[in-house]
Amino acid sequence: MDIPGKVISIIAGVAVLKHCDVGLDDTLGQLGIDSMATVETIFHLEEEFDISIPFNANAPAPGERDMTTVNDIIATVEALYWAKNPG
Amino acid sequence: MKRVAITGAGTINALGLDVPSTLAAMREGRCGIGKLDIRDVDRLSVQIGAQVKGYDEAAHFNRQQIALYDRFTQFALIAAAEAMAQSGLVCTGDLANRSGVILGTSGGGLSTQDENYRVVYEEGKNRVHPFIVPKLMNNAAASHLSMDYNLRGPNFTVATACASSNHAMGLAFQMIRSGAATAMLTGGSEAMLCFGGIKAWEGLRVMSRDACRPFSATRNGMVQGEGGGVFVFEDLDHARKRGAPILAEVIGFSMSSDASDIVMPSKQGAARAIAGAMQDAGLNRDEVGYINAHGTGTAANDKTESAAVADVFGTHADKLMMSSTKSMHGHLIGGTGAVELLACIMALRDGVIAPTIGYEEPDPECALDVVPNVARDAQVDVVLSNAFAFGGLNAVIALRRFA
Repeated sequence: MDIPGKVISIIAGVAVLKHCDVGLDDTLGQLGIDSMATVETIFHLEEEFDISIPFNANAPAPGERDMTTVNDIIATVEALYWAKNPG
Repeated sequence: MKRVAITGAGTINALGLDVPSTLAAMREGRCGIGKLDIRDVDRLSVQIGAQVKGYDEAAHFNRQQIALYDRFTQFALIAAAEAMAQSGLVCTGDLANRSGVILGTSGGGLSTQDENYRVVYEEGKNRVHPFIVPKLMNNAAASHLSMDYNLRGPNFTVATACASSNHAMGLAFQMIRSGAATAMLTGGSEAMLCFGGIKAWEGLRVMSRDACRPFSATRNGMVQGEGGGVFVFEDLDHARKRGAPILAEVIGFSMSSDASDIVMPSKQGAARAIAGAMQDAGLNRDEVGYINAHGTGTAANDKTESAAVADVFGTHADKLMMSSTKSMHGHLIGGTGAVELLACIMALRDGVIAPTIGYEEPDPECALDVVPNVARDAQVDVVLSNAFAFGGLNAVIALRRFA
């Protein structure tokens, strides 16, 4: 499963950017994704991978992972996906 | 222009089943937020709320009534009964034609919708009870109030999300002030603590999973509540002539629209509504002693609201008190302004400022006197009540102590 590719596609879709314009070190803010669009991005990731991502827009939720850069988000999704689908 | 008095107040909410018990809870800084007791709560990630406990609909209403009264209507009727009893207002003849109802609600009969969607989609039934439409419609509560008290004048329901009650009460104030009505039952109610109601809010990721801590650096979101508040607003001369109790005077109201973002609040929009209410009331800023804050406990609201108050009041911002009672009764969405007006009346009449409970740590972005954790005795003559809704719709009411 190409988790990084799918994550970048989802982020690119919300940001209305081309896949190739999303850099691994970009933050969501740099891609023009505001707080509401962040919540929407997380929703799409949860739906795509059938996982639950702890996230509170006000303050870090218990068990919340770093979601600053595209790389951080990929790592979070991979960790949650493989925890749920071992092997 | 007529002056406008509040001659009756009623409520039911998580802090109490009437006004005296609610005010006692506010004085004691009691928290009405707890573990939710609703169907399918295990499928929710947010499992707390300020639920009305110890309430049995069958103790208040008969079977036929319950078939027509959604929980939000029940809350409005219970609050109205208390307010009308206190006011002693009896509407007959011309007075009935000149008296009406304006209520706020956001979800209306949401629990009725939730239950009946289950019936047709989840249970696969092809038939629902014949009264679902009159039970779920947003104006049901306002209409039942008119029938119970023979209020034959203007009657409508306002839905401006979290500002609904303040908009409703502000419009009722304006109608009496302009002479278009003599008395109005006004306020609002909400009963959104059902599976679908909370599930929708969960999606926004702005809800706390443990507590509502407005203005505290440790705040992590809002907590939903339920209930309602209803008041009798009345032409002051009319109230005096009949010897009615006068709880406070409504002296100003202002509305504004941010016209910017569907969820993120704007400092300028909030400030315009606050300044507008003071201008409408002819107030100098140093006359305001207390503000009942919108204070939802979200990162965005509390810092924006604090900044708006600081902008409007300048140096006086450091002298006035501003608390959020949502820390105790939760966020009643369309009914919240009505329950919060009780804290304003308590401040004016009893000289007790309700606290912001759950306050743990100062936030430099919310550096006002938020009356942390413990109620305070203080004489104030003028108070404001803020409401800033999703959609950028703001409504602020000003009250004065009646002496």
